[in-house]
Amino acid sequence: MEQEQKKKKNLKTIREWCKGCGICVAFCPVKVLELENEKVKVLDYDKCTRCGLCELRCPDLAIYLEEDQNE
Amino acid sequence: MSLGSPIVKEYFRSDRLPHIWCPGCGHGVIMRGVVMAIDNLKLDKKKVCVVSGIGCSSRASGYMDFNTLHTTHGRALAFATGVKLANPELEVIVVTGDGDCTAIGGNHFIHAARRNIDITTIIFNNKIYGMTGGQYSPATPLHEVGTTAPYGTVDPDFDICKLAVGAGSSYVARSTAYHANQLIKYIQKGIENKGFSVIEAISGCPTYYGRKNKKGDAVDLMNYYKDNALDIKAAEKLPEDKKVGKFLTGEFHHEAKPEYVSEYMKIVEKVQKERSENE
Ligand SMILES: Cc1ncc(C[n+]2csc(CCOP(=O)(O)OP(=O)(O)O)c2C)c(N)n1
Ligand code: SF4
Ligand code: SF4
Ligand code: SF4
Ligand SMILES: [Mg+2]
Repeated sequence: MEQEQKKKKNLKTIREWCKGCGICVAFCPVKVLELENEKVKVLDYDKCTRCGLCELRCPDLAIYLEEDQNE
Repeated sequence: MSLGSPIVKEYFRSDRLPHIWCPGCGHGVIMRGVVMAIDNLKLDKKKVCVVSGIGCSSRASGYMDFNTLHTTHGRALAFATGVKLANPELEVIVVTGDGDCTAIGGNHFIHAARRNIDITTIIFNNKIYGMTGGQYSPATPLHEVGTTAPYGTVDPDFDICKLAVGAGSSYVARSTAYHANQLIKYIQKGIENKGFSVIEAISGCPTYYGRKNKKGDAVDLMNYYKDNALDIKAAEKLPEDKKVGKFLTGEFHHEAKPEYVSEYMKIVEKVQKERSENE
């Protein structure tokens, strides 16, 4: 149940704000993030558990979870 | 439409983002932590005043959408004391650096602590003067390198938490940018404490501290804090040899004691009463 609720959240990134530090990539527990041309890239949205650790530690507020407005 | 997460839209001046800090600077994590603590406590934005001094860390006040005051180097606590005494209903939060707070601002720091004035101070401790190019600060560990100590410093560093406790603060805790959830919890407890609260937030400055001390990039610094932070309660049970190279995190002090603004107001009321009786 909780898991389902979590899945409804969308993982979003802001390319313009990402400085490519790699912190989110290094500490994502399921390793679904990577850097491409010094910007964060999500490799697999399905595998992302929506744990929020990337948002917690991104110094640039450039990756975050948000409730899906369209659903 | 402005960019950013719901938290950013609610509490940040998103038109000023991205901020000026270097890639991977821990200050961004700590700034977000301060905002999360405010959000968790459901404080009224209009009743929060964020005061800072000068330094990379002190730039945080410019990005945060509250009443904010960006003051002069080392003097954030002096301004904050004035703000708090004039407006006791405000939740006054100081964001400062290790240099701003413990070098040029050291005197203000110990006396704010001695008074136990109801201000929450978050020290972004990156163990260096980031803004001016990596000079060593009173928090640079002994023998480590800065622009002004190319062969390593011979000045022993402050234990900022011990200093804060010794000077009279009623809540003192330390965490790191890596342990951001714990940090947020401590900031919340600091805000809730009626008295002088100090939260030392270990930050990473990859550009100067990391590079000069060959401690690597932003991720390496985060890993360093992850691997070497030792909780004070866990440390009590460990033999000495297991503590070598580690640093303590946790809550070091929490005590209820008279708060400065309340005590000051009591005197004002007492004198006013005596005067009106004598008239
Ligand atoms: C009166 C005065 N002296 C010196 C300076 C130069 N100065 C600006 S920031 C700074 C040090 C900041 O270090 P810290 O508080 O640790 O902040 P950081 O940049 O590391 O976050 C110094 C010495 C100044 N601005 N004003
Ligand atoms: S929310 Fe968690 S699992 Fe998903 S990308 Fe972020 S850190 Fe990885
Ligand atoms: S932590 Fe933030 S700034 Fe760093 S790479 Fe990830 S999204 Fe980009
Ligand atoms: S110089 Fe250091 S403290 Fe300043 S923004 Fe860069 S990484 Fe952060
Ligand atoms: Mg500093």
